[in-house]
Amino acid sequence: MDKKILTRMGDGERLWLSESDVKTDIEDGTADAAKRANIPVLNENEKKQLFDIIADPARIVSVNPGEEVIVTDDGCSMSFYSGQDGGGVGIPMSRMQAVLTYERASGGDTTSIGHSDYSFKPVKPIINFEKNDYYNISMVSTAPLFYGAQPNMGLYFQPDGPCPNPSELLPAGKIAEALQAQEDAADHLTRDLVYVGKKMAEVGCEGLNLDTSGSAGDADFLAALRAVKTLKQSIPDLPIVMGASGEFIIGMHGDVTYQNQRLAGLYPHEQAMVVSDAGADVFGLAIGTNTTASVAWNLSRTVTFLKEAAATSPIPVHANVGMGVCGIPMMEQTPIDSVTRVSKALVQIGKADGL
Amino acid sequence: MGGIRTSGDLVAWMQITRRMKIHEAKAYVAKKLKIDLLDLTNEEVMRPIREELGIGVVTSVAGSPKGIRAKIKIAELLDISIRSVDLFKSQL
Repeated sequence: MDKKILTRMGDGERLWLSESDVKTDIEDGTADAAKRANIPVLNENEKKQLFDIIADPARIVSVNPGEEVIVTDDGCSMSFYSGQDGGGVGIPMSRMQAVLTYERASGGDTTSIGHSDYSFKPVKPIINFEKNDYYNISMVSTAPLFYGAQPNMGLYFQPDGPCPNPSELLPAGKIAEALQAQEDAADHLTRDLVYVGKKMAEVGCEGLNLDTSGSAGDADFLAALRAVKTLKQSIPDLPIVMGASGEFIIGMHGDVTYQNQRLAGLYPHEQAMVVSDAGADVFGLAIGTNTTASVAWNLSRTVTFLKEAAATSPIPVHANVGMGVCGIPMMEQTPIDSVTRVSKALVQIGKADGL
Repeated sequence: MGGIRTSGDLVAWMQITRRMKIHEAKAYVAKKLKIDLLDLTNEEVMRPIREELGIGVVTSVAGSPKGIRAKIKIAELLDISIRSVDLFKSQL
């Protein structure tokens, strides 16, 4: 009789799956990723390794000594003082206290701060507040301190921003107008990203994180690439992490290019190349979790995407392991059994340079 | 890797300032510290090294370097430019 394995679905539901079901999910997951991105599937050893990680009876698992990788974050210390919608635990503490707690009590390899909205646009009017906080914290923190936010081009469309909203133009058949609106929004976004980056650099910024780039589509990703290139040209020693927002760049526009490379539809191994070409120092890989499939299926897909990206990228690749990303179940309190299995697999099989 | 408990911050500095992948970054830091790769995450080894080098330790030792004082030493140890350190030094 098939042995049962205690595992989870992508929405976090805990369930017992048979060994054969887990193996089938691993097969299907890697095949799906390989087919979509036109990359190799996991080999037999890697599939067995992944099965062993998922089937491990221990509550939590880890890599072997010597295989550890570093962790960068997207405002992790903000979770100490923010609320539920930011994954926060609501402890009344300052940003500086939160960063130092993360650095010294949690042992974070890097730390970061960012605007509560975690978008670049709202930073502009309060840039001097952010510069002051960043400078003060950087004087007392020891680990690399990033300033991070999301490009979030959606904020540049009406009613939140100056550009006509493509979501209204497209259904009305105004295709050219919708494309133009995205190009205009991308120009606004590029200017803001460069503005904030340069201002933070004035106070000794140790690193900038453009997190979840491309969340509003290919023009959003383009704006981030252009900003990275401009910032690196003027401030070459400013470390920049550029993270993606999904397994492929969504073609909301469809025709925008970066150095003659069409951005729509690029998969992680291709995303890493354009991010590297722009001048970023670390690429953040993000694969959405399918809530109706098992952790085994989701993780097998993610590891397949990651393995190719890590092998071909000229720069370090960090896999995003937040709620509902890279095989982590989509839930507010991510279960530690799944988090550790995902982390172990991403490092041991996917060869991530960091998480 | 444990951040300033061990050597995670040092490895991170090498990734973000030199675009080093994980194995290269770890090898670089281990060589600078004159330790085995395996000891990069060994608290028993890293704690006294960090205290001796003045690059910040995780528990609070009164008067010992932390923050910008530790980062000045980290930049020298790793032979890298840390932007906050460069700004601080320019203001002395």
